[in-house]
Amino acid sequence: MFKKLSGTPYMLWSIIFIIVPLFLVVFYAVSTKDGDLTFGNFKRFADPIFISVTVRSIYIALLATVVCLVLGYPLAYGITSVSPKYEKLLVILLVLPMWMNFLLRTYAWQSLLGRNGMISSLLKLVGLGRVELLFNEGTVLLGMVYNFLPFMVLPIYTVLKKIDTKIIEAAEDLGANKITVFMKIVLPLSVPGIISGITMTFMPAVSTFVIPALLGGGKYTLIGNLIEQQFLLVGNWNFGSALSVILMLIVLISAAILYRYDKQEERVNI
Amino acid sequence: MARLIETKGLTKRFGEDIVVDNLNLWVKKNEFLTLLGPSGCGKTTTLRMIGGFEFPTSGDIIFNGEIINHVPPYKRQINTVFQKYALFPHLNVYENIAFGLRLKKIAEDDIKNKVKKMLELVNLNGFEKRRIASLSGGQQQRIAIARALVNEPAVLLLDEPLGALDLKLRKEMQLELKGMQKELGITFIYVTHDQEEALTMSDKIIIMNKGIIQQIGSPIDIYNEPVNAFVADFIGESNITSGIMLDDYRVSINGIEFCCVDKGFQKEEKVDVVIRPEDIILTAPDDSYISGVVHSVTFKGVHYEIMVRAQEHTWIIHSTTCSENGAEVGLCFEPENIHIMKKGDVNV
Amino acid sequence: MRLIKRFYILAIIAFLYAPILFLMFFSFNQGKYSGNWEGFSIHWYVKLFNDKQIMKALYYTVLVAVLSSAAATILGTMAAYVIFQMKLRTQKLVLNVNNIPLLNPDIVTGVALMALYASINLRLGLLTMLLSHITFSTPYVVLSVLPKLKQLSKDTVEAALDLGATPFQAFTKVILPEIMPGVIAGALIAFTLSIDDFVISFFTTGNGVTNLSITVYSMARRGISPEINALSTLMFTTVITMLLIVNKRIEVKDI
Repeated sequence: MFKKLSGTPYMLWSIIFIIVPLFLVVFYAVSTKDGDLTFGNFKRFADPIFISVTVRSIYIALLATVVCLVLGYPLAYGITSVSPKYEKLLVILLVLPMWMNFLLRTYAWQSLLGRNGMISSLLKLVGLGRVELLFNEGTVLLGMVYNFLPFMVLPIYTVLKKIDTKIIEAAEDLGANKITVFMKIVLPLSVPGIISGITMTFMPAVSTFVIPALLGGGKYTLIGNLIEQQFLLVGNWNFGSALSVILMLIVLISAAILYRYDKQEERVNI
Repeated sequence: MARLIETKGLTKRFGEDIVVDNLNLWVKKNEFLTLLGPSGCGKTTTLRMIGGFEFPTSGDIIFNGEIINHVPPYKRQINTVFQKYALFPHLNVYENIAFGLRLKKIAEDDIKNKVKKMLELVNLNGFEKRRIASLSGGQQQRIAIARALVNEPAVLLLDEPLGALDLKLRKEMQLELKGMQKELGITFIYVTHDQEEALTMSDKIIIMNKGIIQQIGSPIDIYNEPVNAFVADFIGESNITSGIMLDDYRVSINGIEFCCVDKGFQKEEKVDVVIRPEDIILTAPDDSYISGVVHSVTFKGVHYEIMVRAQEHTWIIHSTTCSENGAEVGLCFEPENIHIMKKGDVNV
Repeated sequence: MRLIKRFYILAIIAFLYAPILFLMFFSFNQGKYSGNWEGFSIHWYVKLFNDKQIMKALYYTVLVAVLSSAAATILGTMAAYVIFQMKLRTQKLVLNVNNIPLLNPDIVTGVALMALYASINLRLGLLTMLLSHITFSTPYVVLSVLPKLKQLSKDTVEAALDLGATPFQAFTKVILPEIMPGVIAGALIAFTLSIDDFVISFFTTGNGVTNLSITVYSMARRGISPEINALSTLMFTTVITMLLIVNKRIEVKDI
């Protein structure tokens, strides 16, 4: 087995560029600047300031996920029910913005909402005067929803698309009305899509530092911003690594919870 | 004539399972050898070892006097026609057939001629440019054969090549394959579980069960003189019952004494008695030693298949005349149609 | 009901496109501030092409994307072939490692690689950015090639060996052509991921080497710059053109 693992370039590559760096981060997280082992970095994290940033990160990511789900599910469901010609077009339209650079998409909102931006100008036209719409929780949430909505819609759409229409006809044949069909058939069958949609929305949202940096104006700090600051501004790699470990834990735990839901669903399906 | 391929004590294990057990076989030049047996009997594994896709656990494979146990497939003068054709979907018909020749760096003109000849041989002239996906199962099968034969192998291995074809096409291809083998003078080793196919095509049949050779012989020998109840049952539907050898030429079946043509058993030895369904003649109940009641009649086209329950045993009879369900009948058979076999622990 | 549905779908599509179209529209604005139309002009495009910093970033972006996607495609295809032949348990282990960069937050991958380069005293720059891009895009190549390998019938490979191909020839002449769609898809994913990447590049580059994303980020942090509008327009039209070409080619192939 060892021969096989080391025998190929990619196995070596994975060890050097995937496994070793993670161990380095863990090592930094549990050591001082001088390399002595310590839990001080995690103790420091217990400070209310950092706790509140972490809680805020999870809260806003959850909020963004919920909004994406609420907006996205009806959209995915709607797309499956239009005529095939429009369906294809709509899917393309949905995918297209994902090919646009993430930074540019976020920047677009910055210039829309800024003091001299479009919306501000419109408000001025109707006599409300220029306002600063940027740099609050709402704009960060907006940025997240805007960027991650397609990631919620596409997996749900794919799963909905795969549902056999005969199953729905069978349910109707057995006397279910449209609402019952949706609640008892369509919704349960689309859970795998919802789960992967949630994963693809929550994970990047909880770890982002670009959206708060551009749309939160540095006033709205998330755990991603903390990590960035520790590594690039403060230069405290040990504390930064500890924060990274905590972020990884958040991601792992949420993945584990979602995975359990997914598994349960599979069991029900069998 | 010289033995072209020979195996000596050929054994293959997968973990604990012995798939091929101490196999000794040989095939002569220009011979059509068939490995026949139920699925899981080790016939395909044997073929794969000869082809070089599996290496033996022990024992030797000898090709032209040389041991080739661990020679990789691409260095063997042997080609294979695979069960599911295994044509290259990204290449057209011409390129599929030319594949082996290209690797041998044969001049393009020669390749062109050879491919054309092969397409003629398999009756697919003008199919050069066709895509594999556009061919029917039978046509794909022909291309697979052409692709192997164009390399002029010393031995052609065929692993249930007709298994995916429908019955009519299969019968046609059996005759065509046999014709090609005779015409080209190539040794064929053919694997199948279809006894009829084996009987139609082969010069020599090897019947295998659980990795062990049961019988080697010509189709006629195997059909007429099965060595045990397994072979008898596998090679055609048979009535197999227990008997006791009373003396030379005398056997007791269900307590009734019959004349037979077998000898050389011990007195009172328990034996298997095999009688083919087409060898049993239905008579009036009083004209026979064995009588019973018809409990099913099925029309099979050429004949009726009649099941007769007599005492503890159900007999299967092929007859051209019909019988009524519930009719009382007698069963008759000639002494030379009673086949006596040593008892073996054979599950049939 | 149908009207509501249509309106809803259109509203969301409008929400997705409004900012992009807005950027594109105001990239032709004479004035600096979007929202104040001061007349048609292409001078932001002129300025964009004269901006040395952006042009250099563009150069690095394309360079890194081409090199890293090529390397990732070769590395990932080879890896997929090796993984495909492994025993199931080893396969699972290797795939779990392979999936780490996919599941791990980008920022963690970024700082982890940064820590790695620091520990071996590798100066951050073009090389480190290239290595990082290969690292995060290879797993996607592996994942797009592996299913194609699994579809491959074992017989076809054996047939090639049977006809005289060495294992290497069997790979290049039979396996590679058949898994090509997966390889190409993997290469495209690797290329787009590289072009698009910001977070990992942000942590693993330095020494004056930046890509477009980093440039946009630093410009955006300084405030609104209409050059970015022009850049967005160009990038978005490039993406659409590329997608159209790819789609057309696939359609032609289907026929």
